[in-house]
Amino acid sequence: MTSPATAGSLIRVLAALRGVRDPELDEPITSLGFVTSATVSSEGAAQVRLRLPTYFCAPNFAFLMVADAYDAVAALPGVRRTEVVLEDHFASDAINGGVAARAGFARSFDGEAVGELHELRADFLRKAIMAGTDQVCRPLLDAGADPAALLELTLGEVPPSAALERLRQRRAELGLPSADDAPLVIDPATGARVSAEAAPLHLRRARTTRISLESNGSICRGMLRRRYDVPGLGEEEP
Amino acid sequence: MYEKNGEKYFVVDGHMHYWNAAPDNWVPGAEQYAKGWIECFHAYQGLGPPATHWTLEHFQKYSEDDLMKDVFEDGHVDVAVFQPTYLKEWYKEGFNTTERNAEMGEHHPGKFVYNTRFDPRDGDEGLEHLRRNVDRYGSTGVKLYTAEWNAGSRGYKLTDPAAYRFLEAAQALGIKNIHVHKGPTIWPLDKDAFDVADVDHAATDFPELNFIVEHVGLPRIEDFCFMATQEPNVYAGLAVVIGGLMHARPRFFAKVMGELLFWVGEDKMLFGSDYAIWEPKWQVEGFVDWEMPGGEEFTDYPRLTAEGKKKILGLNAAKLYGIEVPAEYQLKDGGTPGAQEVLAGQPEEHAVSGA
Repeated sequence: MTSPATAGSLIRVLAALRGVRDPELDEPITSLGFVTSATVSSEGAAQVRLRLPTYFCAPNFAFLMVADAYDAVAALPGVRRTEVVLEDHFASDAINGGVAARAGFARSFDGEAVGELHELRADFLRKAIMAGTDQVCRPLLDAGADPAALLELTLGEVPPSAALERLRQRRAELGLPSADDAPLVIDPATGARVSAEAAPLHLRRARTTRISLESNGSICRGMLRRRYDVPGLGEEEP
Repeated sequence: MYEKNGEKYFVVDGHMHYWNAAPDNWVPGAEQYAKGWIECFHAYQGLGPPATHWTLEHFQKYSEDDLMKDVFEDGHVDVAVFQPTYLKEWYKEGFNTTERNAEMGEHHPGKFVYNTRFDPRDGDEGLEHLRRNVDRYGSTGVKLYTAEWNAGSRGYKLTDPAAYRFLEAAQALGIKNIHVHKGPTIWPLDKDAFDVADVDHAATDFPELNFIVEHVGLPRIEDFCFMATQEPNVYAGLAVVIGGLMHARPRFFAKVMGELLFWVGEDKMLFGSDYAIWEPKWQVEGFVDWEMPGGEEFTDYPRLTAEGKKKILGLNAAKLYGIEVPAEYQLKDGGTPGAQEVLAGQPEEHAVSGA
């Protein structure tokens, strides 16, 4: 039987998992349907089971999701022991064992990796920022804004939206300017304002990046649905 | 061939397979990978129309008669290009090898193009095998699966020195077309296995070879587009784009097509059914019927006419493979199918719309 205290812990675990993203798709693992189950015992032992759209999803991204889920849950007050299990994946054993042992990626895949995944994560944050730039700029362009005028805008001058908040967060994560006075359109590699000359191509690329990420997400959702009949915890269509 | 509304389409299926993934072909000790691979493929089939779904048992191993009916008799295909994937660490006789494809194809002269493959990690023996296959099957194309597992290695890049040695040898043997298929693993595993930067380098260094990036670099469509637009000899293989999106996610299909038409262009996009993942029939018919939707999201994408569809469905691949196309299927205006054109990625030469 679930006690009120356990139920409270479970809600906190789910909230924590909502903060864990698939770095490739830049979406929470919950809404993607990747969380099979989550439980917390009265002794504070949390167990999370994760699943992915295919048996062969890239092991580096899978590792990041399992490790991030572990960190997010283990940091919660009242959680004394954490176990995160990735199911039905070719590298489940290496990933689950490596994360449980806090071994890092290179040690978990001994001889098959030379480094950790920080650079990979940063590369995909830059993609998320490009995609996010389109998500924020497109409504402005559709409303008649001149592309050149977008370059003059700061983050603080853009009407508030979930997309804007997300863009700010991604930029902050990468250590890029994210305060109200920061330019809306920047080069995610350098943080510099994009020049008028470079802007059309930059915005075009932002759009392509967004379509790529969203299309991948739609394929992943379709594959997950073929693989598992039951929706994941917190799963939702975008 | 396919005819609709008075338009005649010559169809080249640029990417298809004849595999055996039944349990009798699984390598002992690697059963989980063999099973995982084919089940993953089978799930992809689920993205097509329900009436075209197969049972897993049938999907694991289909017959020559099945293939001839699905691809040629029902599927409107005139010529099909076999793209082998060996995976011998998981499948005893290989998943689908040049040998298996050719043995079957020999019963049907003129219907198939036999691409072969190489793996740069196979060294001198691999080179010899390549030479033998080119000799025996007249291969002018190779399929490279960069995520293939080989003796403890989980994959390779086209820029590896060994890969360049093979590309040089392949070119000397008369190979023209390099189909690159990225997968989820590579060495080292901490890098992005789907990254297409290596194709960019190889395409620059081997300007006489054509590089067809299968499933348009999915899941890295954006990197593929930005690269392909700057490399005249890089082409988009549409396997998975049509099969995986046209039915299941039509709005994303339209957007991805719009992006490809913008960055890569209709002269450099090649239809591939990925049979037996998906049957060609519904893909060819649906693609001929397809139009860019109306609505603000789609307004500034290039439109695709019947002439453009003719190129994508067959004329581009026919050009790359030197397949003869009867006069009635040629473009009315001549056109430039298969042309090595550089498109939008050169902002100084092309106006790029910011909207």
